[in-house]
Amino acid sequence: MEQSRIRNFSIIAHIDHGKSTLADRILELTETVTGRQMREQVLDTMELERERGITIKAQAVRVDWKGHELNLIDTPGHVDFTYEVSRSLQACEGALLVVDAAQGIEAQTVANAYLAIENDLEIVPVVNKIDLPQADPDATAAEIAELVGEDPDRVLRISAKTGEGVAAVLDAIVERIPAPAGDPEAPARALVFDSSYDQYRGVVAFVRVVDGSFRARERLRAMAQGTRFEAEEVGFFSPTMRAAESLGAGEVGYVITGLKDVSRLRVGDTLTSQRRPADEPLPGYKDVKPMVFAGLFPTDSDDYPALRDALERLKLNDAALFYEPETSQALGFGFRCGFLGLLHMEIVRERLEREFDLDLLVTAPNVAYRVVTQAGHDVEVHNPAEMPREIERVEEPYIKASIIVPKDYVGPVMELNTERRGRFDHMEYLSEERVLLVYELPLAEIVLDYYDQLKSRTRGYASFDYDVIDFREGDLTRVDVLIAGEPVDALSLIVHRDEAYSRGRALVDRLREEIPRQFFDVPVQAAIGSRVIARETIKAKRKDVLAKCYGGDITRKRKLLERQKAGKRRMKQVGAVEVPQEAFLAVLNLDGGKK
Amino acid sequence: MSPDGTVRHLYVHLPFCASRCGYCDFVTVVGRRGQHRAYVDALLAELELERGVLAPELESVFLGGGTPTFTEPGELARLLWALPPALEVTVEANPETVTPELGSLLQECGVNRVSLGAQSFRPRLLSVLDRQAGPDDVRRAVYALRDANLDNISLDLIYGIPGQSAADLDADLSEALALEPEHLSCYELEAKPGTRFTHAHGAELARQAEAMESYFERVVAHLTAAGYRWYETANFCRPAGLADGRDLRSRHNLAYWRGRDYLGLGIGAVSTIDARRRRTTPRLGVYLAALAAGEMPPREIEDLSPDTRRSERVLLGLRLDEPLGVDGLESAVDWGAVDRLERLGLVQLRGEARALALTRQGRFLGGGVTAELLA
Repeated sequence: MEQSRIRNFSIIAHIDHGKSTLADRILELTETVTGRQMREQVLDTMELERERGITIKAQAVRVDWKGHELNLIDTPGHVDFTYEVSRSLQACEGALLVVDAAQGIEAQTVANAYLAIENDLEIVPVVNKIDLPQADPDATAAEIAELVGEDPDRVLRISAKTGEGVAAVLDAIVERIPAPAGDPEAPARALVFDSSYDQYRGVVAFVRVVDGSFRARERLRAMAQGTRFEAEEVGFFSPTMRAAESLGAGEVGYVITGLKDVSRLRVGDTLTSQRRPADEPLPGYKDVKPMVFAGLFPTDSDDYPALRDALERLKLNDAALFYEPETSQALGFGFRCGFLGLLHMEIVRERLEREFDLDLLVTAPNVAYRVVTQAGHDVEVHNPAEMPREIERVEEPYIKASIIVPKDYVGPVMELNTERRGRFDHMEYLSEERVLLVYELPLAEIVLDYYDQLKSRTRGYASFDYDVIDFREGDLTRVDVLIAGEPVDALSLIVHRDEAYSRGRALVDRLREEIPRQFFDVPVQAAIGSRVIARETIKAKRKDVLAKCYGGDITRKRKLLERQKAGKRRMKQVGAVEVPQEAFLAVLNLDGGKK
Repeated sequence: MSPDGTVRHLYVHLPFCASRCGYCDFVTVVGRRGQHRAYVDALLAELELERGVLAPELESVFLGGGTPTFTEPGELARLLWALPPALEVTVEANPETVTPELGSLLQECGVNRVSLGAQSFRPRLLSVLDRQAGPDDVRRAVYALRDANLDNISLDLIYGIPGQSAADLDADLSEALALEPEHLSCYELEAKPGTRFTHAHGAELARQAEAMESYFERVVAHLTAAGYRWYETANFCRPAGLADGRDLRSRHNLAYWRGRDYLGLGIGAVSTIDARRRRTTPRLGVYLAALAAGEMPPREIEDLSPDTRRSERVLLGLRLDEPLGVDGLESAVDWGAVDRLERLGLVQLRGEARALALTRQGRFLGGGVTAELLA
């Protein structure tokens, strides 16, 4: 296709604002799929995505509209995935900014709109769900126009559900979004903006060709890593994979690399041809650093190699996922994993459990700490149990949080942020009713249950987004937990000194509830260094018998004991104490537990 | 092929009851006096079909229920006469069914042991249990049996009844002991899911759980202080020294705990013969129809692997106060767990580690300890 007739675009929308429905209508209207093939949310292929109604991985689909080739690059829609959004945006010249006419702009819409503007994308603002009775298209259009500096009359009004206005969206894409600007004659360069792994065909790279063109059977090189391979096939999605002879400048498609080693092709790399290589790679993505860490341990220690393989596979599709082996006295062999945020962690966990059929124990998340020891060494700590005891200074990551709420909830949100060591930055009225609050907070204060608290204190109205801004010194201390005198590494916490006592107390109380009574008394203590700050005792069991056991009872009793035995196998041994795996998650809902 | 003529223990199930007690989850049939005759016919027909597996001389026969003594006296007598003789013949009885006539009938029909369902001596607690007998019925029943020269009487007691205080329990134990039974079985009340009882009292039991935790220890302390031998988790008997040298442990139940084969007749009855366990249909109509047609009643079959047999030997054997010889059972035991439990003072190895026994403390925790030391 002639470059002037190509348009590459993304859809930016907050979760539930109708991005996937709009994508479905576009596929229908352009006859890319027939009615019979049409499934809800065609682009969201992963089972998990379908269930959660969110999109995790970007994908690209090609549609035809009035003699133009339109490539829709789907982007994820959640706060944790800003980095994926930015990768996808880099493959586009324009973006549809979709906002729910009933909900208005959300914090995340703002963040992603700015991201698109930073990438010099042409923004096509769209108000969706105008068919809803509670829709206020005019007010929403005014909000978006204000946000992106556009004339309110140029904001499109549609209902992706009914299809109303969708053809006008396609027309606007053709009219307003510029054609790609690459040089078709220059040495070939393509940006790998995503990839996936196919068991039979190896690594499949999703690419945006910038200059030149790529053909099947051509010998290629990934410029940053130096990996060489032959393109087994090139093609595009429409919406399923279709092989093509070549992908030309400006086009979006896939390259089947045949690479079996997932670590050899990184998202963000630039592909070029070996025969006539480009001199300079395309500007890469900025390196995303994980900020939230947690230990992942297989429930059954035999699954350790399977977990390692699974993480390796996920890493291919998820540049931001970080992992390194971790050994815990209590939990055995596992991995300390780094994530962009809590949802990212949750999704990785679910994918490991579902797609790889692993049974996992995930420890309470913590943030990355920068520590200067008394000996003057700089250390980055990803695990509370590794926090050095002789500390000169600790720095923790801070975020700038944007929270949009109806004005009636400003009070509760301010209160929550104050409790969480937040510093008020500023506040803006987005409309008469809606307020944007900006706070600086330690990331550690949001990794546990901030989001739940925010939602519950604002009856679900708050929308929230954040960016990590810097590391700042904090008066932090390490709290250890001892069960029957044994320190349990997996339960160590790093907390602000003022909260050490209340957190330690709450943790000990939780553990007393979670750990079943044993054959002997079990003291549970929280301590800072050698100083015990909270203590509870789990009293020994006094009786544990099956009262009756005669000829007709034996099978049932045996099965009961077998079940009991199986339950014990799921426990982790801390010294002589059997601790259920759930207890290691006690740290997760400390606030839920204390009233 | 079953090995003919080796089974020395016979259980016969008589399901009929005057009414159903709220806490009961046994196979029972209320009333149906008209069917007692047909049922005894069926039992005898089943016995004929199974006779080949029985040894020429039996050690024990046990009539359980239901309420065996609620069965029409004529039918009960006909059944007892037809059953093969044994060294120990036990019949379960509810106090309100025991009359001097019944005592004589049992004695004349070869019964030499009666297990009486006393449960409690507090009227208030008996009514919580839906029991029909009062405390005086229990005493009258014991006297009637004694008068009929039955010299091996066991009383069943239940503890942990909703509303039962520690003083109530002590009083129950004292009153039971005053009747000088040869044997006592003491069961903690189990609120089994689905029973009417659990529906009515489950929440109250959960509230009392902590207070009642010490009741098991209390029962054992009280009965052992009175000289009884705590020979099985829930069973006590007068020791041979205080019983003219008689071993008053239940021969029949010892057979279960020692892993012996047994034949069960009647609805819902379980047999374990030659590594095969089977449970007869609990449905009265199905059972009667099959045997009236001269066929074996439907049975659920469970084949026991050698591993399963060994596990069962351990879990049953550890209920007793005698050490369990482990020769041949080594693979059923987690020896690492034995080590741990020994250090905790719950388990002992005896006789150069050829026998395993629970300590007194270990017996109070017998369920958990057994779960832990099974491989």
